[in-house]
Amino acid sequence: MGTKINKAASGTANWVDERTSVGSFVKFLARKLFPDHWSFMLGEIALYSFIVLLLTGIFLTAFFVPSMTLVTYEGEFATMHGVEMSEAFASTLRTSFEVPGGLLVRQMHHWAALLFTAAIVTHMARVFFTGAFRKPREINWLVGFTLMILSLAAGFTGYSLPDDVLSGNGLRIIDGVVKGIPIIGTYISYWLFGGEFPGEVLIPRMFTAHILLVPGLILGLIAVHLFLVFLQKHTQYPGGGRSHRNVVGLPLFPVYTAKAGGFFFVVFGIIAIVAGLFTINPVWNYGPYDPSPVSAGTQPDWYILFVDGALRLMPGWLGGVPSEWELWGFTWSWNILVPAVIIPGLFFTFLALYPWFEAWATGDRGERHVLDRPRNVPVRTGLGVALILFYVVLVIEGSNDIIANLFHLSLNDITLFNRIGIFALPILGFVITRRICLGLQRKDRELVLHGHETGRIVRYEHGEYIEVHEPLTDQEVWLRVQHDDIAPIEIEPEFNDRGVRRKGYKWDRFKKRLSHFYYEQRVKPVTPAEYEEAKHAHH
Amino acid sequence: MSPDEKQHTSEPTHVDGEWVNPGLPYHRPRRSDTDPKAANKAERQTAALFGLSILGTIAAVVAYFVLDDSQEIASIRTMNIALGIGIGFAMLGIGLGAIHWARTLMRDHEMVEERHELRSSEEGRAGAIQNLKDGAEDSGLTTSRRTLLKGSLVTAVLLAPLAVLVPQIANMGGDWKVSNLRHTMWAKGVRLARDPDGTPIKAADVTLGSVFHVIPEGLNELEHHKIEEKAKAVVLLIRLDPRDLKIQPGREDWSFDGIVAYSKICTHVGCPVALYEQQTHHLLCPCHQSTFDVADGCKVVFGPAKRPLPQLPITVDDEGYIVAKSDFLEPVGPSYWDRLKGGDATEAPAETEGSH
Repeated sequence: MGTKINKAASGTANWVDERTSVGSFVKFLARKLFPDHWSFMLGEIALYSFIVLLLTGIFLTAFFVPSMTLVTYEGEFATMHGVEMSEAFASTLRTSFEVPGGLLVRQMHHWAALLFTAAIVTHMARVFFTGAFRKPREINWLVGFTLMILSLAAGFTGYSLPDDVLSGNGLRIIDGVVKGIPIIGTYISYWLFGGEFPGEVLIPRMFTAHILLVPGLILGLIAVHLFLVFLQKHTQYPGGGRSHRNVVGLPLFPVYTAKAGGFFFVVFGIIAIVAGLFTINPVWNYGPYDPSPVSAGTQPDWYILFVDGALRLMPGWLGGVPSEWELWGFTWSWNILVPAVIIPGLFFTFLALYPWFEAWATGDRGERHVLDRPRNVPVRTGLGVALILFYVVLVIEGSNDIIANLFHLSLNDITLFNRIGIFALPILGFVITRRICLGLQRKDRELVLHGHETGRIVRYEHGEYIEVHEPLTDQEVWLRVQHDDIAPIEIEPEFNDRGVRRKGYKWDRFKKRLSHFYYEQRVKPVTPAEYEEAKHAHH
Repeated sequence: MSPDEKQHTSEPTHVDGEWVNPGLPYHRPRRSDTDPKAANKAERQTAALFGLSILGTIAAVVAYFVLDDSQEIASIRTMNIALGIGIGFAMLGIGLGAIHWARTLMRDHEMVEERHELRSSEEGRAGAIQNLKDGAEDSGLTTSRRTLLKGSLVTAVLLAPLAVLVPQIANMGGDWKVSNLRHTMWAKGVRLARDPDGTPIKAADVTLGSVFHVIPEGLNELEHHKIEEKAKAVVLLIRLDPRDLKIQPGREDWSFDGIVAYSKICTHVGCPVALYEQQTHHLLCPCHQSTFDVADGCKVVFGPAKRPLPQLPITVDDEGYIVAKSDFLEPVGPSYWDRLKGGDATEAPAETEGSH
């Protein structure tokens, strides 16, 4: 029997290979090495939750009716009887209550979407803090960045499809934001909604975007993302035997086929259990969209909170000065543009272009395949923490009503605090993080030079007490000395010896200033000479 | 132990003032590598996990057929939990089994692979450039006189999308009548009715301190654009003690005995401003917490909105019902670029409402 199967398999393989030369592809792929680290699984979680989204999404399209035509509910859910609602909302109720297992799949889809966005953001943070975006991976950083934006688009269009009162108000906010855009805002609003808000075409349009356009783009970009990972080979953390010129790890087949393949099933299983046990987005409690009612304490999905928070944070009046101007007969809605367009725009542009800022500061042209320990790049780590704090202040502001309620605080005080915090906390976070990083680097130096404390106290004959220090092993030392000591770049002077001003000086000066900002304060790794000196001092 | 792996107690080495990479750390074999019993145990554990998956699948399928599928809330909840846990174990069993297998029985001794610089070789680059040159030569584009060809091609390609995009984009905006934004259903004599049932409200029903969520009478009977009209026309009707009410200049006859009507649509980004605090006369928008003072012309006292909520002029008809005296005199809802342009809409000149 076994030989029969083997014969059939090799026959099939031969048949396919003679038509596709798949053999060389399998040869290239099968024993490709991947380094091992838990933080490399974050991107995998994103990929696997996306697959779960596709699978559950296919189920849902079989029952969802993307229509805004009003119907009177006659279905099984008693409290909604006789209520007028769109077909989209009615079919959402039908999927939840009349299709056995439909509710579970809806909840799996929603939980998977929350996990998808969360995994992308954490994966992105890992890549940022370890410097995995450096040459040659800048393109893949941009691909990943675009995937992050697309995941927000996928999430938001999906969240809005059931046409419940919460998501409808979310769309109304989008309409308000779009109308705030100078000159063309009103027309963009009409273009999106097919006329006045809410119109009757938005849900069919978002449905197409949600099930075809956005996932199609995501799928394509995931292919590019993974192709580049294979082409450029994975980055690795520093350690003995690892360098910028090699990869140390285990082969794709069988180890990662089992580990990564198995991990897909783990992610799938956890999503299913969470969806089985925890309710998410109970639209049947909210009711269908109606422009009139709204309840307190409602929240968008977590990944939209920052925009909502920014909108809440921006004062309409600041010390008697309005942030909405009526100038030359037109309305300039800075109270909307700043928080919902300009701030997210700057935030995301900075994030997208970050690899280039750092490359200018570093002046480094080589390929970098060994990851940084975050402490060894204090300014980057500090900036990362500042960005996170900026984001967190917006998220807190986006939940300020919940927080006020929970902790019996004044809503207005939280907002006032956050209006200051949005400026102060990122700066404070940057400064403290940089200090902590420099401190950790000094601790590394201390360890390399003087070894581990053993807690063993020894008394010499003449009465002196000392604590015995255990020298570090070669592996331990290597981890703490292997990184580059990057000095601020120096540039050629503005004028040459004949007093002629050279071209490109200002650009160089900018890079120099950036470089000093990054590398002025630094702790050098221990040199072998220092190590030897310390060793002799101990004896 | 391969030659590049030294015992983990080695001292660090350096050559010519440079640290030397110590090579891969010592690989400690697992118990299952050395003890066949441990390996067999790992195999049994893995098989048990795969078995768990099979049980999960059976549980999910059985639950689907056996559980009560009447559409009662309780049975839906049971079905949801049973299926979720069944599917969960069906998947987790496979996943954990495969990972356990990899961790105990598959190779865990790391291997090394060299990287190659991503830059193409010099010959490769030169060949690419040559090929492009040859191609350009063959196309005839390298002759400098071909600017007409290049220019016309670029222009044509840049313009061609318009042929598709113009109809596409132009169709998507419906009738593009942005002037609709300044009209609502309110007009002289339209009764204020309760939301959502649509029964008209008598002034006598509005007791001191009470709030009514209001729609124009006749809204519920609309055949078309009911939601669009409702999205603009919803109003809050509030009765204050007339002594608390600061009447705004020019609006002396817009209220009736302390009863005022304001648009419910926030002037920030358009959420319904639905939370009324009776003690302070403040209206709070739950979306972004713009706060409006009903006693003082619904001016903004906190939050991101800048303009007061538009006021609907009201009076009382012969039968005692509250009616509108006209439409709103300014567009309701969020600001937009040409909000101040009067257009054809408002009879009264667009008041520069709002600020001070």
